[in-house]
Amino acid sequence: MRKLFAPLLIVTAGMFAYAPIVIANTRYESTMFLVQKIFYFHFASWMAWAAAIGVCGVASAFYLFRGSPAGDRLAVAGAELAVLFGAFGLVSGSLWGRKAWGVWWQWDARLTMALMAELIFVSYLLVRKYGGPGAEKLAAGMGIFGAATTPFIYKSVDWWRTIHPQTSVVRKLGDGTVPDMYFAMLYCSVAFLLLFASLLTIRMQLEGRRAELDRLYLALEDPS
Amino acid sequence: MTFAKAAFLVLKKDFTIEVKSGEIVYTTLFFAVSCVLIFAIAFVKEGQPVEGAGAGILWIAVLFAGNLALGRTFERERYGETVRALLLAPAPRAAIYVGKLLGIVLLLLAAECLLVPMVAFLFHAPLFSRPLMLTAILSLGTLGFASVGTLFAAMLVRSRTRDVMLPILLYPITVPVIIAGVLGTSALLQSPVDEPMAQLWIWMLVSFDAVFVTLALWTFEPLMTE
Amino acid sequence: MIRRAIVAMVSLILTAVPVLAGQQPATGQFLPANDLPPDQKLPAAPFLIGAYAFIWLALMFYLWTIWRRLGKVEKEMRVLDERQRSHAR
Repeated sequence: MRKLFAPLLIVTAGMFAYAPIVIANTRYESTMFLVQKIFYFHFASWMAWAAAIGVCGVASAFYLFRGSPAGDRLAVAGAELAVLFGAFGLVSGSLWGRKAWGVWWQWDARLTMALMAELIFVSYLLVRKYGGPGAEKLAAGMGIFGAATTPFIYKSVDWWRTIHPQTSVVRKLGDGTVPDMYFAMLYCSVAFLLLFASLLTIRMQLEGRRAELDRLYLALEDPS
Repeated sequence: MTFAKAAFLVLKKDFTIEVKSGEIVYTTLFFAVSCVLIFAIAFVKEGQPVEGAGAGILWIAVLFAGNLALGRTFERERYGETVRALLLAPAPRAAIYVGKLLGIVLLLLAAECLLVPMVAFLFHAPLFSRPLMLTAILSLGTLGFASVGTLFAAMLVRSRTRDVMLPILLYPITVPVIIAGVLGTSALLQSPVDEPMAQLWIWMLVSFDAVFVTLALWTFEPLMTE
Repeated sequence: MIRRAIVAMVSLILTAVPVLAGQQPATGQFLPANDLPPDQKLPAAPFLIGAYAFIWLALMFYLWTIWRRLGKVEKEMRVLDERQRSHAR
């Protein structure tokens, strides 16, 4: 993991440095023009968010059923990144919505449930911080349930008439009529997933050092 | 001991205690009723209730009462130091969970029997126009909320900060169920009744319940192991 | 401390969004912005720049918090190490 980290970071930084050029070179969408370009980072943020939640849920299950401490550390890192990428997605979506829909926020199914998922992971972090002893298990339960509700959020736009575009937009982009937009979308998604991977590694490192510190404290108090 | 029998015994035990003391039933019902009264004072202006407030108020009262009841049932186990005894019983852990869950669901359904006429009366809400659909929405929503609630309340028994943590954990996770319940109920309150919408929400509730109950049964055992 | 700050910031952002939404006058609800009369149209650039700037700034802030937290743990470790050494003597 250590060995892979440096190249990972370099590739991520490179992709992000080139991303503005890729996005600037895409054509304009016919009704929204310039503001539609938020889409590339907006969509990519939610992709990274989904990855973070998936990591958090699976790692929580691992911790709960196998008792692996690494699973617990991975779950914390995943939850924190889920909050981060969720904030990216919510804020960029809100700014886009102000221009495209004329409102900052609309209480439709997709937006509401995305906000709630964000709250779930904020409360995950709250539980870890203030739950006292045994909070890790509680948090693991939170992580599993939070991850289980996410597919509903993804599909919510297809089930209800909402103003948020449906998931078929992505499929429509992929049919080859607008290759530059599709490429930019994929490019940004990959960049964000790489960013997610590098942040996850850094965050895991921090959690690992913390575990080591705890071990040192225990050893100091109990020298036998 | 079979699964069903163990679950039934847990339910019967809680029921017997409750019949003797009546503590949780009376406090929960009183709390729910006073919630609705406060909303009635806040939302009825000059004899005319705010439009469409009924569904939301009914659900908020149910949720608040549910939170109270969840805290109390496990507080009693902790106070009597019977948590360990319950967990040591030669029965599947999941059966204990199911017994507790049934107790909470029954209690909340009893509260709803009181709340629905009250909301209908105070907010002029035509809640009885589709009794079957209303029953389906209320019971499915209650099941979804209680399934997560029972799990987290059981987990929090050992935690020092359980009073604060229960709502913090519970409300964000059950929000999909709450949204489905509120919107389904308000579809019933519209005139004319928006039946396809209500049916859609009922199916949503069914799928949420399936996911939540499965997950809770699956995770109860490891979560309760020390 | 830093974690608390993060949580506070995130919750502030999250609460600010609906609050701001409440302050907006309902400008035609679902009307696409292009159908509005020209004097009500918003220029797109600030929104685009705002979105990207927010993502960059939040990312930088997050990295800074991780760096801070790592520094704190390392410092505590050094202190502990020293204490252990003096203990052994």
